[in-house]
Amino acid sequence: MLTKRIIPCLDVKAGRVVKGVNFVGLRDAGDPVELSDRYNRDGADELVFLDITASSDRREIMIDVVERTARKIFIPLTVGGGIRGVPDARKILTAGADKVSVNTAAVERPALLTELSNEFGAQATVIALDARRSGPSRWNVFTYGGRRDTGIDAVQWAEEAEARGAGEILLTSMDSDGTQRGFDCNLTRAVSEATKIPIIASGGGGDPRDFVEVLTQGRADAGLAASIFHYGTYTSNGLKRILAAEGIPVRLLED
Amino acid sequence: MIAIFDYGAGNLRSVENALAACGEPFAIVNDSDGLRKADKIILPGVGHYGQMLRSLDVLGVRGTLRERIASGTPFLGICLGFQALFETSEEAPERGLAVFPGRVTRFPADTRVPQMGWNSLQKQGRPRLLDALAEEPYVYFANSYYVPRETAGRRAAALCSYSGTSFCAALEDDNVFAVQFHPEKSGPVGQQILRNFIVC
Repeated sequence: MLTKRIIPCLDVKAGRVVKGVNFVGLRDAGDPVELSDRYNRDGADELVFLDITASSDRREIMIDVVERTARKIFIPLTVGGGIRGVPDARKILTAGADKVSVNTAAVERPALLTELSNEFGAQATVIALDARRSGPSRWNVFTYGGRRDTGIDAVQWAEEAEARGAGEILLTSMDSDGTQRGFDCNLTRAVSEATKIPIIASGGGGDPRDFVEVLTQGRADAGLAASIFHYGTYTSNGLKRILAAEGIPVRLLED
Repeated sequence: MIAIFDYGAGNLRSVENALAACGEPFAIVNDSDGLRKADKIILPGVGHYGQMLRSLDVLGVRGTLRERIASGTPFLGICLGFQALFETSEEAPERGLAVFPGRVTRFPADTRVPQMGWNSLQKQGRPRLLDALAEEPYVYFANSYYVPRETAGRRAAALCSYSGTSFCAALEDDNVFAVQFHPEKSGPVGQQILRNFIVC
């Protein structure tokens, strides 16, 4: 049976992990390669790197981070942030990433999704969708790291992204993000029911119950989080043990 | 030496990294000459079936691949490199390598595709490729098309089930090994599978 995935996310700025990191026993908690290694050994099913480096000349640093990570860690790696075309994506994938995620560039030029999908396959093409509630059962798509309201309906954009070739949706609720008070299950379910590609729910996961809820009622295929792993509240495997006890199919580490 | 065949579209880096971690030397090749010199051949593939088969024809290696496989060279096909061993696919009109009979099929319309994530294998018998692994190990899949279990028949080394469809996840036939999943992305289980191929 296909298992539900637990995915730690690392925000990387100029080659360093940002957001609080509170691990015991790490030489350098800000190093994405070292942290990835830790998450991998702790039972992560995949990893996501979001490059939040502002200036484009630092992009090469991310390529180096991806190369060093891929040499050491043999689980899938998605990289997003600043990818505007096939050449950008090719650099990331050639460095050893398995998927690229695109957000603003795809909203502004949806054909990008088709280009990536035709070139690298739908399985390597992730649409990152940041959404904020704008009414009852309605969410708007935001771009530029959540700074710009496009006015576009999130469910409609998810459908279009799928039609244009995206193979997976990384769906972040901006209302929930950073709160650790639970995912937006209504948003996740609305997007999941409107599409036929896997959904990664993001934003608000702080407690195992949140993950149980979004993976069942929310109909998500995967749950992504940052803080609970960074702060060491749970490991991926520890979290998955709790999910397993709730009857959710997960891959547990072998003893 | 093991040759990893590069047809231009697949992301080879993960396979290179995984072999390097096994301590196994390898060469990247993209022509018939390279295939003829290899002791073992790995054919990784991601993306689109039609594009892959067209690329193999542009590189002029279809005949050499078939010859090397027929003459007993250990061969490992990964993902599309597995599907390419069959005659046809619902994904594209291009003819496959036709090492085995049958057609690659798309998961039913009501299924969420790609199948993306970790799924468990059900070993069939005692395949060499899956030696020293748990009875139902988890491996990483990313596929929308599959080889039906009936098509693989007795060559199936492992089956897997997704959304009610039972499909062939691994195949073994003398010197020919092939997997629908990605051993290079399947953690220690995947590393063991690659090591099993290396010593076969």
